[in-house]
Amino acid sequence: MIENHKIVVENLNLYYGKKKALNNVSIEIPSNKVTALIGPSGCGKSTFLRALNRMNDLIDGVKIEGKVLLDELDIYNKNIDVVELRKKVGMIFQKSNPFPKSIYENVAFGPKINGITDKKKLDEIVETSLLRSALWDEVKDDLNKNGLSLSGGQQQRLCIARALAVDPEILLMDEPASALDPISTTKVEDLIFELKKNYTIIIVTHNMQQAARVSDYTAFFYMGKLIEFGETNKIFTSPSNKQTEDYIRGRFG
Amino acid sequence: MMNNKFLGRSIVIMSALSTLLIIAALVYIILDIYSGGRNYLTWEFLTGNPKEGMTAGGIFPAIVGTVLLVLIMSVACVPIGTITAIYLNEYASKTSVFTKMIRFAVNTLSGVPAIVFGLFGLGFFIQFVGAGIDKSIYSDGQLHWGQPNLLWASLTMAFLTVPVVIVSVEESLKTVPNDLRAAGLALGATKWQTIRKIVVPNSLSGIMTGAILAIGRGAGEVAPILFTGVAYFLPHLPQKLTDQFMNLGYHIYVMATQSTDVEATKGIQYATAFILLMLTFSLSFVAMIIRYRFRKKLKA
Repeated sequence: MIENHKIVVENLNLYYGKKKALNNVSIEIPSNKVTALIGPSGCGKSTFLRALNRMNDLIDGVKIEGKVLLDELDIYNKNIDVVELRKKVGMIFQKSNPFPKSIYENVAFGPKINGITDKKKLDEIVETSLLRSALWDEVKDDLNKNGLSLSGGQQQRLCIARALAVDPEILLMDEPASALDPISTTKVEDLIFELKKNYTIIIVTHNMQQAARVSDYTAFFYMGKLIEFGETNKIFTSPSNKQTEDYIRGRFG
Repeated sequence: MMNNKFLGRSIVIMSALSTLLIIAALVYIILDIYSGGRNYLTWEFLTGNPKEGMTAGGIFPAIVGTVLLVLIMSVACVPIGTITAIYLNEYASKTSVFTKMIRFAVNTLSGVPAIVFGLFGLGFFIQFVGAGIDKSIYSDGQLHWGQPNLLWASLTMAFLTVPVVIVSVEESLKTVPNDLRAAGLALGATKWQTIRKIVVPNSLSGIMTGAILAIGRGAGEVAPILFTGVAYFLPHLPQKLTDQFMNLGYHIYVMATQSTDVEATKGIQYATAFILLMLTFSLSFVAMIIRYRFRKKLKA
């Protein structure tokens, strides 16, 4: 691979107490591409995703070994400010989780905690973020409406806008469309396609077609190990590993 | 088969009867108190001073005293209770010995008999803190803070009501979904920013409910203020924190036991009890409405 690597993971091991959830994972994730993480439930793909913005830190008893380099900086280094890291690495959750505030306040939350108080500047960020998440046309007249009053798909795009508003470089998506109807799913997928121009996207998905549709690269996880990683075309047409092939053909998982 | 059916039915009937019994007791108490005091429930009663050895006149000073008491108490117990609840629910590790000690202390505190709080207030606030202030600041040998007053009574009451606030706030913190905390943190908010901007605004109802329940409790209790600040009769309303005050609950007690003519005060006792009941009921009612409206908002 000749592309720039946004994230380089070296020999990552992660334990929940005594249970080993990630086993010696090494991977190089390219910039401005969509990388899909696939694998059966419990294979460690979500754990891996959460290791990239240190959300696993919130769980008691997590132990991590190995390196995660973001632009060549080790994010598990003691001198790294987790708060700054998370501003760089946005996250979209499986279940849309807008704050019980207005649409405007949802999107403005991140910029506000970053100290932006100028109303004009905030308005501008809210508009750009909503435009980028393809929600602007649907909500521009109701910015004061509660975020929870939107439909499921709109809520998820609101969460994406909220993440974009802090101007991250990477977007982590944890099954962002698994709770959405087909039309909303298509909208979110189109959006991912659009967003990769400006962001490095890593998406966990259970849906093989979705992985094949939206991603440039695919990583297959099984039992805490990275089994195979490569261009999505290749993984889906001629995987080099038997387990990958079995999973993609739907023989287990 | 028949037997089971019979058993099922009798349990339904028994629980319905028990419920009815409780409602009937409440209705009876309210009606009895109302009918005993209704002839005295006038505007003058609410706004006047007691007259003629409490056999006539109003209860205004007792109402003012009770309101001041619960206000000062709230200023102390609501912030302390809220901060404790935030610590317990958001920061403390669920399994640490320290957390378990705090929980044990809170539970024990809420089980301590009210009169013990009164004695504690007398010993701690008046004889220790108050007397200490008098000795170190004033040199005139007079009692300033080392005697029962509004402040010490309110603080003693705050000890009794702080567990109410802690429990209520913690319950509402628990209803804030963890998804929202994760969302805040993932946006680069610090833990404190997440708590302040997301968790606390979503549990405001719990904080307010806690405050109102504490006020309701504080308005009704007498034992904690018995030795720490309440007075039998005062010609003036309290002007400063070192003044003593009158109180609705205590007023009923003195009319019933200390009056020279208990029979003559009976109607006023009923009327005072009715006012006290209405005060605590309406506070509970407001708490209920706040909770209901807030639940609706979270679901919207």
